[in-house]
Amino acid sequence: MSSLPIAGTRAAPKTVIPGFGITFGLTLAWLGLIVLIPLAGLFLKTFELTFEQFIGIVTSARVLNALKISFGIALAAAAINLVFGFFVVWALTRYEFPGRRLFDAIVDIPFALPTAVAGIALTTLYAPNGWIGSLLEPLGIKVAYTPLGILIALVFIGLPFVVRTVQPVLIDLESELEEAASSLGANRWQVIIKVVIPTLLPSLLTGFALAFARAVGEYGSVIFIAGNLPNISEIAPLLIIIRLEEFRYADATAIAVVMLLASFVLLFAINGLQRWSESRSAAF
Amino acid sequence: MSIATEADVTDFVPETTATTVHVATGTPRPVRTEPAPVRWAIIGIALAFLSIFIVLPLVTVFQQAFARGWDVYAAAITDPDALHAIKLTLTAAVIAVVLNVVFGLVMAWAVAKFEFKGKSFLITLIDLPFSVSPVVAGLIFVLLFGAQGFFGSWFIDHDIKIIFALPGIVLATVFVTFPFVARELIPLMQEQGTAEEEAAISLGASGWSTFFRVTLPNVKWALLYGVLLCNARAMGEFGAVSVVSGHVRGETNTMPLHIEILYNEYQFSASFAVASLLAFLALVTLVLKTVLENRLSETRR
Repeated sequence: MSSLPIAGTRAAPKTVIPGFGITFGLTLAWLGLIVLIPLAGLFLKTFELTFEQFIGIVTSARVLNALKISFGIALAAAAINLVFGFFVVWALTRYEFPGRRLFDAIVDIPFALPTAVAGIALTTLYAPNGWIGSLLEPLGIKVAYTPLGILIALVFIGLPFVVRTVQPVLIDLESELEEAASSLGANRWQVIIKVVIPTLLPSLLTGFALAFARAVGEYGSVIFIAGNLPNISEIAPLLIIIRLEEFRYADATAIAVVMLLASFVLLFAINGLQRWSESRSAAF
Repeated sequence: MSIATEADVTDFVPETTATTVHVATGTPRPVRTEPAPVRWAIIGIALAFLSIFIVLPLVTVFQQAFARGWDVYAAAITDPDALHAIKLTLTAAVIAVVLNVVFGLVMAWAVAKFEFKGKSFLITLIDLPFSVSPVVAGLIFVLLFGAQGFFGSWFIDHDIKIIFALPGIVLATVFVTFPFVARELIPLMQEQGTAEEEAAISLGASGWSTFFRVTLPNVKWALLYGVLLCNARAMGEFGAVSVVSGHVRGETNTMPLHIEILYNEYQFSASFAVASLLAFLALVTLVLKTVLENRLSETRR
């Protein structure tokens, strides 16, 4: 048996542990049945359309606006989470204050709370007679049933992604780095900008991308608060459902394919970022 | 540039009262924190953000649920349609969790205990459902099994209902929770390596008994952690289930869909009453999660 890893002569896994064949086969079968074949079906369905028809559907004004709203507001929400998520991570890992552990635990609420529950709660809060909505109303700010409402919902669901991605990296950050920088004469601000932020950058970007990916496809927490006016506050996932209910399967499929391709791109971007992040932390 | 700024000096003063720790190094410890006003400003921003975006919505759920009193609350959650929705949600979640545990263990065994080409691509595929919109997840099963779907007519001929019935709800739930168990197990099992299993096998243990007596005890907390997250998502899934369920009251409505219907009918108190059950579940999930995380960090040590 050759121990040289020459291409094409893939040696059988040399291990005494049994079960590779059956578990590998079952893995592929289960993955195929639940994930790959159904997703392939979506693409197959799209091929029933000509290219011109496909382009016609996805560039129609209402679809284009829905995609713009979903992607644009998701991007804004991820950016807000990046900034405030950083403050939250910093406060939770670097400072001691009463209730710190409790606040640390509740960061995960958006993961655990069903989206429909979050949706009706946020709508009630931000409605003109709600606790927050009634405070904003005199200022002329309307949140519920406007695109601003979509932003609020997407910030809610995206927050834990940024916090939980950056937090372990900040905890592991070697104190020597900061101490070396400050004993060499850097002030606190320079240490944070030139030492801490660059080290955290891969994890910050990963958290940002994860929050964005989640927000783009989000449905449950958004539809209650959005108002769902076509071209103004109608998100792409909702338009898919509307087309489906009108039995316009081709339209629904075409929009879904665009969303799916976007999630593929994001998935690979996130994988790349995570690998960068790991090599970064391994280097220190 | 002066090495000692004003902040350095003020922060350095308390050090003299606790010199013992730093005596060995003989050098003043450079600052690794911010001046107090900055510290309190950052804590203030963080807590205000968390309070507005997370605490208030959670409080709203319970406040609205009990706003019209205990009787309205009790009536809402003992309504036959609500009870049916609770039963359906529990059924779908149990099936999804069991399938995820079995196949999560199978996938983790294949990925973590053996070396093969394309492994990282396979892990990416296992993670794929995380990044698919729930609505798209529902749609793909409608395209396969719906009346207009690829296999739709075959199932109609054989009088098997998948879409607008329990199997469709289970399929959509299994899809969205697909990575939950596997992704908790894979990193841990990779970290643990194969030495213990190899020892067991070479001492004459069978594959099954190696799995049950060596591998499973080693990963039990991670497995429970995956089950917990999988269950929370399964019970709360809305978008994917909404597409495949058909919203038949008392038949194919899960709890989140029941909440939506009540809300859209302006039965806010009833809607929030059912929602409070799911919010309570979320809180229990978080408490258990914290407990399991402590156990997990003990195993890793």
